[in-house]
Amino acid sequence: MREKILYGLGVVALLLLARNIYVIAGFPPEAAQGAIFKIIFFHVPAAMTGMVAGTVAMIASVLFLVTKNFKYDALAVAVTEVGLAFLAANLVTGSLWGRVIWGIWWTWDARLTSALVCWLLYAGYLMLRHAIEEPTQRATFAAVFSIFAFLDIPIVIMSIRWFRTQHPGPVFFSSTGSFPHDWTMVMMWNWLALLMLGTVMTMIRLRQEETQREIDYVRRMAHAL
Amino acid sequence: MAVANETPVAAGKGAAAERRRSSFARLVFVILAKDLRAELRTKEAVNASLAFAVVILVLFNFAFDLDDPATRMIVGGLLWLVFAFAGTLVLNRSFARELPNDCLDALVAAPVSGAALFLGKALANYVLVLAVELVSLPVFGIFYNVWFPFGQMLIVLSLGTWGITVIGTVFSALTVNIRLREVMLPMLTYPMLVPALMAAMVMTADLAAGTSIWNQMTWLKVLVGFDVLYTAAALALVETVLVG
Amino acid sequence: MTAVTVDGVWKFYGDYPALRDVRLDADAGACLALIGRNGAGKTTLLRTIAGFSKPGKGAIRIFGQEPRETETRRNIGVIGHGIAVYDELSAYENLTLYARLYGLADPRRAALEWLEQTGLERVRDGLVREFSRGMRQRLAVARAFLHNPSVLLLDEPFTALDDRAIAVLQRLLREALANGKTVIMSTHQLREALELSTHVALLNRGAVAFHGACTAEMVADPGWVYARYGD
Repeated sequence: MREKILYGLGVVALLLLARNIYVIAGFPPEAAQGAIFKIIFFHVPAAMTGMVAGTVAMIASVLFLVTKNFKYDALAVAVTEVGLAFLAANLVTGSLWGRVIWGIWWTWDARLTSALVCWLLYAGYLMLRHAIEEPTQRATFAAVFSIFAFLDIPIVIMSIRWFRTQHPGPVFFSSTGSFPHDWTMVMMWNWLALLMLGTVMTMIRLRQEETQREIDYVRRMAHAL
Repeated sequence: MAVANETPVAAGKGAAAERRRSSFARLVFVILAKDLRAELRTKEAVNASLAFAVVILVLFNFAFDLDDPATRMIVGGLLWLVFAFAGTLVLNRSFARELPNDCLDALVAAPVSGAALFLGKALANYVLVLAVELVSLPVFGIFYNVWFPFGQMLIVLSLGTWGITVIGTVFSALTVNIRLREVMLPMLTYPMLVPALMAAMVMTADLAAGTSIWNQMTWLKVLVGFDVLYTAAALALVETVLVG
Repeated sequence: MTAVTVDGVWKFYGDYPALRDVRLDADAGACLALIGRNGAGKTTLLRTIAGFSKPGKGAIRIFGQEPRETETRRNIGVIGHGIAVYDELSAYENLTLYARLYGLADPRRAALEWLEQTGLERVRDGLVREFSRGMRQRLAVARAFLHNPSVLLLDEPFTALDDRAIAVLQRLLREALANGKTVIMSTHQLREALELSTHVALLNRGAVAFHGACTAEMVADPGWVYARYGD
């Protein structure tokens, strides 16, 4: 049953993506930046999906600390990995965009910088998990770290933005520029598609975590004999 | 069968005096004193930290032309890089010093709350890192002829260092048992410290340029907010880390 | 009265049960010897009773309270695998530190008294890192007994002790038991332990295979319990 939901969700997500790409391709090129501007339809929703992932990870971490139920720990790691992938997509699309517009591979644009710091934060989460072998300790410490990381996100975003207002730098897309309403709608649809994809990926990763825990259990039982 | 020394029943002066002796503040002080005494007897971490800071300050001379007034702008940033790196050497030791002989077990078993244990250690680290910084400052001034107004610089130092210390002490507890601890601690700590380091760097750069930190309260607020938020989070979560 | 109750305790590392449905108790004045092969769960059980980790299922009660209650912690003394004293501090400094952490009325007097009891008064200002193995172990014993705990949890306390330290520990344990304290001790040194014990529990792969009074038979032939109830 669960498999069928997963497949169904995946198919719907891919269809939605295909439809969105078709619509986006149909839009006229943006005045100032040309065709590359359309990367925004993936660049922004990828970041938003990453943020959703970070929030879910924090909630799962809190739930684990409260209930000690390992399924929350599995959810936390699964959703963090998926979130990292989406954040990486945001960074890569941002880099490509900068390359086409300004000829350089990276700019310290406020949003891109914030995304990079958040990526480093959550990469740290995975590194911490990787370094702790005992499952209960790993889950507990990772949960504490995830909560700390989540608390940092708003502060990081705000302080980098303030820094950029004091030391102005390149901005990809100013919020004062006009963004046509139907374009906003497509961006939202794309976000939905990415969220669905992210959910599918998380559930696949969750399944993997459960299997891994079973293997660990059997291994420990074998050692005890 | 006579049973001596059952669970103490709170009664009269004895219990009240005991509560005073075991008050939160008293216990924090005991832990703080213990950490400082142990560190000052060997001076391992402090010496390494100070030597490291001085070496980096010397190396900067080859990387930047600090006679050029334009580069005085980056001075604030440089200093906090030195403090962050040197501070990590001290913070690494914080919970690691409890590992030999299983001392951490005895501390956890004692009737000391995780919050008191954390605060005592954090304050000890704070004193040590601040000491390294206060020695580095004049060295920096002598090498690069950059001097800061002492009062305001002390404020920035105090607030910025507390941010580094709080996060570093908690993460020292998180990484105490893991492989490659010396590498993991900086990798986990620095991204988390970005807002605090940024605020400290900007304010220090302002001080070097001759402006006052009071002109622009934003960064001060960021730093204070960061410190308050993470002190609260650390106090709330440290017991979980220590006992699980 | 019952000092320590272990009630249906399970302890998991990940999904692996290191302790399975352990039910034990120890009265005031009793000395319970925990025996079992390496990996049977003796250390895990002692650490769970001491409050170092929480049981996955079940409960531990010490004088009716949770082990992590502040007042309960005041009443527990632990000797683990490590000596839990600081190498960089002197014997006297170590003991005054712990005396203060436990809120004792006169930390200095308590420290001096226990240095005497363990025969370390002449090296009171020596740094622990310069001590011999036996001296370090005796200091660990002083640290555990310092705050006059009602419950003593000892993990293989006789291992690696020299003769003098063994004598000190046996004397202190006999005095403690005579004063109504409770001792739970895991051990491989069956003879030294069973001489002091009133009860014996055998752990096998995390479960209690035997729990009962310590008989003369057991003291005479320590391997008897293993032969009868082990596998």
